[in-house]
Amino acid sequence: MKKKIALLEERKASPLLVSLSAVVLGIAAGCVFILLIGKNPFSGFEKILFGALSNTRRIGNTIGMSTQLILIGLSVAFAFKTGLFNIGASGQMLIGGITGSILAFYIPMSVPRPLYLLIIIIASMLTGAFWGFISGFLKAKFNVHEVVSTIMLNWIAYWIVYDFIPRFIIDPTISVKSKPIETMHTLRAEWLSKLTGSFSINYGIFIAIIMCIVIWFILEKTTLGFSLKAVGSNKFCAEYAGIKVERSIMISMAIAGALSSLAGLTYYCGYSTIMEMGKMPGEGYDGIAVALLGNCSPCGVFFAALFFGILKMGKGSLAATGIPTEIADTIIATIIYFTATNVILAKFWNSRFHTSFEKKMSYLSAAMAKHGDSTPPGKLTEAAQKAYIKEGRMILKAKKEAE
Amino acid sequence: MGFWDIITSIIPSAIAYTMPLLMGALGGLYSERSGVTNLCIEGLMLFGVFSSAATIVKLQAIPGFSFTLAVIIGIGVAMLSSMLLSVLHGIAAINLRANQVISGTAINMLSTAITLFLAQTITGSGNITIVRGVLRADIPLLSSIPVIGPLFFHNTYWTTWICLLIWGASWFLLYKTSFGLRLRACGEHPSAVASAGVNVHKMRYIGVLASGLLSGLGGACILVTYAGEYNAGSGINGLGFLAIAALIFGQWKPLGILGSTFFFGLCMTIANMGKVFPVFQSIPAGYLGMFPYVATLIALIFSSRRSAAPLASGEPF
Repeated sequence: MKKKIALLEERKASPLLVSLSAVVLGIAAGCVFILLIGKNPFSGFEKILFGALSNTRRIGNTIGMSTQLILIGLSVAFAFKTGLFNIGASGQMLIGGITGSILAFYIPMSVPRPLYLLIIIIASMLTGAFWGFISGFLKAKFNVHEVVSTIMLNWIAYWIVYDFIPRFIIDPTISVKSKPIETMHTLRAEWLSKLTGSFSINYGIFIAIIMCIVIWFILEKTTLGFSLKAVGSNKFCAEYAGIKVERSIMISMAIAGALSSLAGLTYYCGYSTIMEMGKMPGEGYDGIAVALLGNCSPCGVFFAALFFGILKMGKGSLAATGIPTEIADTIIATIIYFTATNVILAKFWNSRFHTSFEKKMSYLSAAMAKHGDSTPPGKLTEAAQKAYIKEGRMILKAKKEAE
Repeated sequence: MGFWDIITSIIPSAIAYTMPLLMGALGGLYSERSGVTNLCIEGLMLFGVFSSAATIVKLQAIPGFSFTLAVIIGIGVAMLSSMLLSVLHGIAAINLRANQVISGTAINMLSTAITLFLAQTITGSGNITIVRGVLRADIPLLSSIPVIGPLFFHNTYWTTWICLLIWGASWFLLYKTSFGLRLRACGEHPSAVASAGVNVHKMRYIGVLASGLLSGLGGACILVTYAGEYNAGSGINGLGFLAIAALIFGQWKPLGILGSTFFFGLCMTIANMGKVFPVFQSIPAGYLGMFPYVATLIALIFSSRRSAAPLASGEPF
């Protein structure tokens, strides 16, 4: 339940306001960069919006792009809530992608489609959970910092994919890519493609929405979620309360790994149908931005992912303006920097609210002094407060002009 | 090809791979010892690679301009620009009390994006290749010593010696001067240092800026020695994180990181030399490629348990 802010109460900066300010600052930084290379920022942003949202096909593509961002954002956010920093989403994506791609070739076409989909979803979640579990295990048992271990696991996954593509699923005509998966064995749905005209949109978006709800449920409504969050906010306190800290760390990283792995599945077996050798997906890092901007809540992650999906999809249309497409990544990175330094943003807004609150109070007291009203301001009805504030503003304005 | 031949070709190459890692890890040492967790070594090194590549390419394009001078200026520019980038981390970590892990990650992403962005505007393709880096040369006299000569003084880059000199100077600075004692104390017990009248913020800024300077040098070394180009696609392949792992493996001590970075340098040589030596040819490229990272993980398992990390590293003051 959201509390309504009373008229005579000082406002505090909400996470949403801080996130929006970070977005504004990120976009402003993007404008500065575009100006620096002598291009027009407004036409740039217009092109981004055009490229992402101008027709149903483009909207479909944007949703397809957002799908994996939602899942990775959830993965990073979930780990965050439990005090871990999962920057291994790229590697976990690769693991999920390679699992799905290999199964897509080796499961016979005769297997019914719903069963087939269930198999690849569960299989990729399991392998991803294992991949995430490794860093959780190393953290819990050997105190290996999860940031370093997940980065190492990213590169190990990169080389595993490099090895597995030629071994199992190579396209003989282009020897650095896997064979495209048959449409029947991808997550793509005919009715979705017909509806939008886009092939990128797939069942992944429904998986992502379901996962948002599941993660919200785990975090807010279960004892598992509670104990994981307890470990995240104070490890020693949680241990004292009888929560198994080591086990929580391992479970948390495994769940985070499973989520990123699903993102990889939707990316490599839905959004795209091939895997390339020697390519590290950059989406793993964008997931960090999504999680931070969404304040690590499933709902926030969903909308932050849509926003970044628009940026990443729309940047393709920038080519005509001569602005390098990397401007979108620059904006994303700047947004993360500002969300990391959110203290300063919150401070800025709080001081803003404080001055406006003081002004309001001075108006109120000026008007009340004039009327000789001595009831405490808290006791007045809201309408009376509003009227006094309005009147007080006039009085003080007139005073200033007279001076 | 005999065993000795393999050794004499692996060791000089391992030394070349070691130096950028050593500079990155040493930069991390300064920063973490002063109490600021620095996970943006990767981004700072990448920025060093890019800025030295851009500078050297522009200078070497001028007819008649000395190639060596261009390289020297390029290294200087790389150090300065990485230091400027590290200021961002300093502001976030020291003044704004931000989460240092996130701020470091943001800087890594920022560095990747900005370098790509600028490389696209400079060359159009996103890759910058320099005409000529540092030439290998024998050290007179020393290279004719048997056994040691061919291993360490034959076919060396002059940047290697500069890096080693900086490493030695850093050891002296950190362990033999009162400045070093203060810097290290800021990472262990900042309030005690502050009560002794030392400006903790200033010391931490010095630590962070030193990490930027040294990572920039490390990045420039990658470019002018073995890489020869700034590659938009692969960046520096997680080398900055290997440097951080080396810092942990080396237990935050100068001598320790010299050993651990050499170990990683050796692993990277093995990963990259697979195609050259017949001994390794039967092993698939994937296994060789992941070798340094697997070795790092195993090394971390053995060294993280009894962690000697500075007590106050990552804690805002």
